[in-house]
Amino acid sequence: MNTIKFLLQKEFRQIFRNSTLLRSILLAPLIQLLVLPWAANYEVKNISFAVVDHDHSPYSQKLISKVSSSGYFKLVGYLNSYNEAYALIEQDKADVILEIPPHFERNLVRENQQKVFIAANAINGTKALMGSSYLNGIIAGFNNDVRAEWLLQSRYNAAPYIEVAPSNWFNPLMSYKVFMVPGILVLLVTMVGSMMCALNIVKEKEIGTIEQINVTPIRKVHFILGKLIPFWILGVIVFTLGMGIAWLVYGIVPQGSIFLLYGFLALYLLAVLGLGLLISTYSSTQQQAMSLSFFFIMIFNLMSGLFTPIESMPGWAQVIARLNPITYFIDVMRLVVLKGSGLHDIRYHMLIIFGFAVLLNTWAVLNYRKTS
Amino acid sequence: MGAVRLNHITKTYNNKSVVAVDDVSFEVQPGELFGLIGPDGAGKTSIFRMLTTLLLPDTGEATVDGYDIVKDYKMIRSRVGYMPGKFSLYQDLTVEENLRFFATVFDTTIEANYELIKDIYIQIEPFKERRAGKLSGGMKQKLALSCALIHKPTVLFLDEPTTGVDAVSRKEFWDMLKRLKMQGITVLVSTPYMDEATLCDRIALIQSGKILSIDTPRAIVNAYGEQIYALRASNMYRLLNDLRASEYVKSCYAFGEYLHTTLKQDNETTRNELMMQLRSRQHEQLEMKPTEAGIEDCFIKLLVQPV
Repeated sequence: MNTIKFLLQKEFRQIFRNSTLLRSILLAPLIQLLVLPWAANYEVKNISFAVVDHDHSPYSQKLISKVSSSGYFKLVGYLNSYNEAYALIEQDKADVILEIPPHFERNLVRENQQKVFIAANAINGTKALMGSSYLNGIIAGFNNDVRAEWLLQSRYNAAPYIEVAPSNWFNPLMSYKVFMVPGILVLLVTMVGSMMCALNIVKEKEIGTIEQINVTPIRKVHFILGKLIPFWILGVIVFTLGMGIAWLVYGIVPQGSIFLLYGFLALYLLAVLGLGLLISTYSSTQQQAMSLSFFFIMIFNLMSGLFTPIESMPGWAQVIARLNPITYFIDVMRLVVLKGSGLHDIRYHMLIIFGFAVLLNTWAVLNYRKTS
Repeated sequence: MGAVRLNHITKTYNNKSVVAVDDVSFEVQPGELFGLIGPDGAGKTSIFRMLTTLLLPDTGEATVDGYDIVKDYKMIRSRVGYMPGKFSLYQDLTVEENLRFFATVFDTTIEANYELIKDIYIQIEPFKERRAGKLSGGMKQKLALSCALIHKPTVLFLDEPTTGVDAVSRKEFWDMLKRLKMQGITVLVSTPYMDEATLCDRIALIQSGKILSIDTPRAIVNAYGEQIYALRASNMYRLLNDLRASEYVKSCYAFGEYLHTTLKQDNETTRNELMMQLRSRQHEQLEMKPTEAGIEDCFIKLLVQPV
């Protein structure tokens, strides 16, 4: 016990003395938390659209003004031929073309149907997808307006049609910040836990202090605990600061139990520190440790369900996502913070993370013995 | 019983393709100042790392203070002091914090063993608030020695303690080792510097993982058995070539500002004939004098004629 105490004392002394490290552990995550959620936003605004109007009728004018007043689209060209509009796409000035055929109004009134043409620049897939689906929605709305107008005029009974009124639960305004902040916080905690911990251990190897420690009566288990505990504490501190920012800046207050969140964090940090320890046993320089942890963190980040839903990944990618501890914590964060889930709802998450913690730490300790 | 005893120790690296230590056996008596002398890559550090339980030998056995280096590694770790060749203290901790840390590791305090390190520590005490990384080379060595001594070890292993240290600090360092010896601590020291060999009680000359000779420095020098002549001229390089080409000369090596030469037949006649031969080749300021053999001469001789 005494051994652990002075190892911790030494470790904290070194961490607090290294102002660059301290800044990158505490300050950098907070700055990222303040910046990233504003940038990581799926909502597509300012889609440039060009109109090719062959009709020049009141209806076509009405449709165009409905699109431009939706707030999502910016009219960049009002043209007479598709080729002119296509040139705008080629110059990257337009994202979507809406082509209104000749006799649009006449056919709509007389034949009750008419087609419009939408062409989207799919180089930016998200923008093209969102742009054409927004445009579809607006045209469908326009269609209903027209129908309502005519049905009213003809004094027929209203034709039955289904109106869908969506309601977004747990995030009523569909704010992406509410969705992203808890997830980004998980990434930051993961970075502190795995990368910083791995680098710290490897630094002792690189400088040679581990040799000096090894010829003393300090036991390996003490040495490892002396490394894990400080970064466990730092992880909890970073998480707390992050939750503070989520509350103060983004107004996100966990719907569920805060103790449950911290309970899961405690377990999760064990798993992540195990990963850091494992990385450290496979590297002998800080450079190696850095590139190794960068490799894992990159994959874990992108395949965690933070940016893209896991359900829409191909099967093999879903398997990787399921083998990724970050996935579970992001899920738990969203469940507990946004939905207010309880212990019962996340019991499998807990079990899996506990499994990760046991597996990674055992593997690391076994490998540590072998290589030293 | 020896304080350190090695019995046919062999250590290889890279799947036995590199033999670092080749069947080495020797014994160090308690309270002895024992030197491992050899060039870089001779296997000195590997021997030290095995004796300090950082490395396992392939074959053979060794004991330190009567404890087996494989089975009783825990006992050894609490009673030896090790100072690696590379400075390996915490550079971001201060002098005092480093010393206190290592004292605590061994469950003791600076105060309890202050007497032992006093002579050394007093020289760096004015800088005790300074971070270890900011010390000069000599001061780093003194701090490392203090940290290795703070738990009053019975055996002290010093791996090339004077490499990269200035001449004055080197001399001071060896004076300190002499004082430690008087305290009854067994000291094993390795060095690539032949001139430091004479400061040891006994030395082992080591090359390519093999021990060439073990004895007191005096005995090793006495065993040289031949008279060495130191020669000098204005053009040393031409002199070296001429001497090596001469039919009278057995061996000739550059040694500081002289060439150390031995003769095939050492008598008045051959000496005079050699001098005449050299003068006929227009060597200026020619000088020849008998000199005593040094450890380096012995080392070179042992290398040329393997035992």
